[in-house]
Amino acid sequence: MPLTLDVNGRAHEVDVEPEMPLLWVLRETLGLTGTKYGCGIAQCGACTVHVDGQPVRSCSVPAASVAGRRITTIEGLSPDASHPVQQAWIEHTVPQCGYCQSGQIMAAAALLARSPDPSDAEIDAAMAGNLCRCGTYPRIRTAIHRAAELAKE
Amino acid sequence: MPAQTMISRRAVIRTMLGAGGGMILGFHLPDALAAAVAPKPWTTPTDGVEINAWLTIDGDGTVTIRVPHTEQGQGALTSVAMLIAEELDVPWDSIQVVFADMHRHVNEGEEYIVTSTHGSQLVREQHPHIMQAGASARERLKQAAANAWGIERGAVTARQGILSAGDRRAPYADFAAAAAEIALDEEPAIKTPDEWWLLGRPVPRLDARVKVDGSARFSIDARPEGLVYAAVKCCPVPWGRLVRYDFERVKERPGIIGAVEFRARPGRRDNSDLQDGVAIVADSWHRAKAALDDLPIEWDFGPDGEVSSATQAAKARELLEAPGEVSEASGGDALAMIRAAERVVSADYHRPYEAHARMEPINATVSATAARVDVWSPTQDQSTALLLAADQLGRDTRDVYVHTTFIGGAFGGNGGGATAVTRQAAEISRQIGRPVQVIWPREEDIVQDKQRPPVYARLSAALGEDGLPEALLSRSVVFTRDPLSIRLADRGVSDMPYRIPHRRHERHAAPAHVPTATHRAPGTNQNGFMVEQFADEMALAGGRDPLEWRLEMTQGMEPWQRVLLKLEEVAGFRTDLPRGRGMGIAVLEDHDSYCGACATVSVSRAGELTVEKVVLVMNSGYVINPRAAAEQMEGSVVWELSHALYGGLELEQGRFVNDNFDTYRLMRMPQVPEIEVHFALSEDGWWGGIGEPAGPPVPPAVANAVFFATGKRVRSTPIAKHDLRWT
Repeated sequence: MPLTLDVNGRAHEVDVEPEMPLLWVLRETLGLTGTKYGCGIAQCGACTVHVDGQPVRSCSVPAASVAGRRITTIEGLSPDASHPVQQAWIEHTVPQCGYCQSGQIMAAAALLARSPDPSDAEIDAAMAGNLCRCGTYPRIRTAIHRAAELAKE
Repeated sequence: MPAQTMISRRAVIRTMLGAGGGMILGFHLPDALAAAVAPKPWTTPTDGVEINAWLTIDGDGTVTIRVPHTEQGQGALTSVAMLIAEELDVPWDSIQVVFADMHRHVNEGEEYIVTSTHGSQLVREQHPHIMQAGASARERLKQAAANAWGIERGAVTARQGILSAGDRRAPYADFAAAAAEIALDEEPAIKTPDEWWLLGRPVPRLDARVKVDGSARFSIDARPEGLVYAAVKCCPVPWGRLVRYDFERVKERPGIIGAVEFRARPGRRDNSDLQDGVAIVADSWHRAKAALDDLPIEWDFGPDGEVSSATQAAKARELLEAPGEVSEASGGDALAMIRAAERVVSADYHRPYEAHARMEPINATVSATAARVDVWSPTQDQSTALLLAADQLGRDTRDVYVHTTFIGGAFGGNGGGATAVTRQAAEISRQIGRPVQVIWPREEDIVQDKQRPPVYARLSAALGEDGLPEALLSRSVVFTRDPLSIRLADRGVSDMPYRIPHRRHERHAAPAHVPTATHRAPGTNQNGFMVEQFADEMALAGGRDPLEWRLEMTQGMEPWQRVLLKLEEVAGFRTDLPRGRGMGIAVLEDHDSYCGACATVSVSRAGELTVEKVVLVMNSGYVINPRAAAEQMEGSVVWELSHALYGGLELEQGRFVNDNFDTYRLMRMPQVPEIEVHFALSEDGWWGGIGEPAGPPVPPAVANAVFFATGKRVRSTPIAKHDLRWT
């Protein structure tokens, strides 16, 4: 059954079963490979995207449930990596292998959207769902604080 | 390897003056560029002149450096670029980086010498031949200018991309084509550290930019035309047999293309060999995975289906009572001395199985056609991916092309031959007749990983009248059939630095069906926890301070002393904190580097442990990029604490119980301690690694701190499972 998905400001008509997780529609049908598969059970956060501005784990969200809602992936966060979170990530060279970072960045951007100057406790709470095996957490924390500053400039 | 040997292999200098770049032999520019990174926007090097296999110079002065290693988060692209830029002497912002072409490497004389990316060895062991490539290019450029200007090469200066002599000046690009034709009578020596202008400075990683907007391509992002997807399940009890499966039950579902079964070949049990399993192929991976989940499969587990963590523990207790193979011994009969001694310290330790669980699940993409084979595989040795695909398909290596991408973590688990996934993808593509991407579901990625093996150890020491150990016996039991894992069973223990006059180190290898492989800082990662807690146990039993004891027991050992003295200076280690808080230290050698750690912990009366702070001191001899090194060291803390605090795979009925991140717990943001990194470099002619050595001292430092906080010794992991309550 065709669904219409609003991804990064463009409407896409896709023909998938309603229970197909959003992640695979993004990666396979739409070719948006920046969003990653990590666990399939909403435990690692590598697949985090925004739906109406809220961070969701796209591996566990049926495509049909987000039809007509505003979906943003890492590719749509900014046209040129100019989002304050992306700028702070570059400045602090946060990524190592980089595989989890799309999800980390989307989670951080959603946090800053609702809490422009988050405390460490807020960062802990917002980022606890995103695993990083390279252990970039200390720089993620620093970069979120830096992104908060950049957003005010 | 002596640099001169390497250079003689490259006596023939190739020149490539390409229109459109396509003349660079076997170099697939679209893929290389898509996967590559640069500090400035990409420009296709249409007029790039190849000076040697490692670099080309464009007309506008852009230097493209080809990196034969994989970038798995350890900074290979930046390190190789720095080593070459240092010698070539070009502005850092004129550098761009691409992955080198493995087809050319494998088929045309292996000119990159080493492509395997493991063992913290890229800078440590390979800097001479990588720097040599840059030095050679620089001298050829100078010679080309000297020839044109009618002067001696020695009169030409090459600095920051400009050749000059007296009033004459020209950019490198002007002489690139001429330089490519020049063979030097004698290759230049590489620079000594006092001559460095770039190495040793904090340089931001080159690949940060492409990893913040989704554009960095990983193996799992390969999308060749006509791609289909496969989900794979092998016998949950490794090396068990596939009896039957009922494809009819799922084959009519939308998008299902076919099923492919794998069979282990008799007598072939390498980590890269196929095991019995089934793949479902579909037009979407989710459809393949969902069908696989519902596929009725009957397995024959055999006797290995009876093995569990409990049966291994029982076997280990038995073996710890029996003499093992002697791996190291010195002095007199340590065993007899311990039996006869009045003051003996003895303790049993255990580390369980751990999975690599890199964030990018194991995957591979293969397109096998009559004309050629294309491979995308996230292995730590891209040339091995090529060889495995060629072997599985019975094809000449000249028909096989590997497309190197970024790798979503490796940590020792993606060694070139670490998994059979490249063979699986090759086999499916051959049978289905289409390009296929195999992704192991996370559950498969964890239970079929080549695990870090479980180790049990008993350490015993006899103390002399001065309270210091006179004799030491270690007995280690490892469960594996892998010869390398067996050799590493008491790594870190048998080579502990402490001056103990009489030593005997024994090990038992207990066969087990679970395949094992190297895991970041192999051997030291599991054993550091044991030996460095036992160091504290010996020190405290002898009435010594742990730091004073280590300083005394490593007297005259410069690299160790340097680390310990720096730790004393920066960490503020003390043993008199109030109950509920504690500090602990540990120091270990790994990959020729010496790293000390000081951990501060707090433990609530209810037993809740918080690691507050970890201070690291690294002596790796030299550091070429302290910024990237510090990042690796911070990450190593998280890596080791993940396993020591939370990890641990449980084996029941021959298979692992934990199979995803809900049951295999790892460190997350709220648990990360404050981390402080210091360097104490010997700079004395030897080079150590950076990517691995910082992890192993952290768990024993934490466990030693827990002891001072609670009075409780935690001799096995995960620490989170221990009762740490105190009153």
